[in-house]
Amino acid sequence: MHVTLDHITKKFDDFTAVQDFSARLEDGELICLLGPSGCGKSTLLNMLSGIIPPSGGHIYFDEDDVTMMPPEKRGVGLVFQNYALYPHLTVLDNICFPLETQHVPKKERVEQAQEIAKLVHVDTLLKRRPGELSGGQQQRVAIARALIKNPRLLLLDEPLSNLDARLRLEMREEIRRIQQRTKVTSVFVTHDQEEALAISDRIILMKSGVVQQNDLPQRLYDSPANQFVANFLGNPPINNIPGVIRNGGFHAQGADSEIRLPLFEGLPEGRPVHLSIRAEAFSVEKDGPIEAQVERVYTMGKEEMACLRIGATEFRAYIDSEVGLTPGRNVQLNVRKRGVFVFDLESGEKLA
Amino acid sequence: MKKVSRVFTYLFLTVAGLIMFFPFFWMFLSAFKTSAEVTASPPVWVPSSFSLINFQLAFEKAPFLRYFFNSILVMVLSVGVTTLTSILAAFAFSRLRFPGRKTLFTLLLSMMMIPFEMLIITNYRTVIDLGIYDTVWALVLPFTSSIFYTYILKNFFDTVPESLYWSARIDGSSNWHYLWKVMVPMARSSLTTVILLNALASWNSFMWPMYVIITDSNRTLPWGLQVFTTEAGSNPEQQMAASTVVVLPMIILFLFARKYIVGGVARGGLKG
Repeated sequence: MHVTLDHITKKFDDFTAVQDFSARLEDGELICLLGPSGCGKSTLLNMLSGIIPPSGGHIYFDEDDVTMMPPEKRGVGLVFQNYALYPHLTVLDNICFPLETQHVPKKERVEQAQEIAKLVHVDTLLKRRPGELSGGQQQRVAIARALIKNPRLLLLDEPLSNLDARLRLEMREEIRRIQQRTKVTSVFVTHDQEEALAISDRIILMKSGVVQQNDLPQRLYDSPANQFVANFLGNPPINNIPGVIRNGGFHAQGADSEIRLPLFEGLPEGRPVHLSIRAEAFSVEKDGPIEAQVERVYTMGKEEMACLRIGATEFRAYIDSEVGLTPGRNVQLNVRKRGVFVFDLESGEKLA
Repeated sequence: MKKVSRVFTYLFLTVAGLIMFFPFFWMFLSAFKTSAEVTASPPVWVPSSFSLINFQLAFEKAPFLRYFFNSILVMVLSVGVTTLTSILAAFAFSRLRFPGRKTLFTLLLSMMMIPFEMLIITNYRTVIDLGIYDTVWALVLPFTSSIFYTYILKNFFDTVPESLYWSARIDGSSNWHYLWKVMVPMARSSLTTVILLNALASWNSFMWPMYVIITDSNRTLPWGLQVFTTEAGSNPEQQMAASTVVVLPMIILFLFARKYIVGGVARGGLKG
């Protein structure tokens, strides 16, 4: 099923949680709603499930307008961050619950539950209660419960946030596997960029209720629409060097030297900008256009993480460990084409 | 220092416990004594035989079985209905969103300040107007809802995460279905507490039955016992036998359900 969100707005009193959100979710896609807390991603998810009504706009499941349809009629499956399993029921009864409300005969219910339990690997735990399961197992049960009624849309609200780091890795792969097996259109809410990049077909990055970019994960990373997107994605975070464009060159704050890159061609004179460069975009080159001072060097094995300085700004770069940087010395750097951007200092608008 | 205060705490509690326990102990022993043993001075501690004659005599003089039946009937009806109304009200106040929800609940809570004795006249009037004066219904009707028990249950319902509710709704559950399939089973221990406290209160209720019941066969145990003690004033051993019969069921109930009563009140009732 494809989902169309048409100019969705949600206001709580005078606070706007979601502002004019439009997107189309294709059939069978796994889409991540990504953003810092309070950006409106959970609100959006709750509007998809019908828990809260939008203040304006329309939601369509295929061609049906479901904007005002109550949650029980939408045929969506929802997995909460805290799993929301019924503590007094066994795993089997938890998984069966959605079918029970649809008055599916008991025998059929149990058969279907066993099948879905196998898919999510909890078929040996059916007699236990949620309190006797680990976080990861509870998560699987919650997914099974959401899937058993063959939902038209699967919604996952920060499903991995309560798990420890190792389990999180494992579960996100599981979610991806289960989603690809069932081919159910899915929306995954998270504030973890790494999670989003790893499992989604497409990412919608939000900030303060407004969509920043709706794109493929790699495109989001490689060509961010603005400063916010560039800052949000990537670990370590992208280096932002403040400065001014003058005579077609970049003058970093507090530095005497000028940086000349083909990228700067056609940029307006005297405009305060951020020169934003990902840590992995640097390379040491004898005649490189960037001169920086080496402050500290951390060994990471195949490469080194160097803290460098241009003028008043410190930044991080991955440098091949064969180069052998010496703290206190100056070094000439070049940058690759990928991972170098120029943003307006104030508005964050992308200039190059 | 800590140890010393501990010793004193236990000493104090032991003495207080004995003081509480003694009347019951004395009642129980006296129920088996002969007339002479009861009034003997210095007191006779242990009865000469544990014969049930006093019980037999008491039951002959007053219809205790009838009282017993009435007490059970009133208890079952009022506890049953109160539990039902408390569950529904608690759910509404805890989960449903309607205008004036908080104001109404505060208003109800503030009504807990009004002692029952103040309501006796109005309740009495109502009972007469409804034409149920001197019937068992007069004992049931004023006790079919309870703000206190609603409050205890609401407190428990409030602790159930909202995600459970929405999860159930999305899975096709109505409010009604959710309440009985999820909330109530989860609230089992709070409910047990509420039912037990309510049963105790109903069983021990004395003043109200005294006002609205005049026909002997409609009396409940405590009020029947009071009448009996007045009439059988010259036979304290029979009074003690009758009293033993009255308190025994609740003592047994309390012994079995002690942990629910204490636990439930501590969890749901007295915080916040």
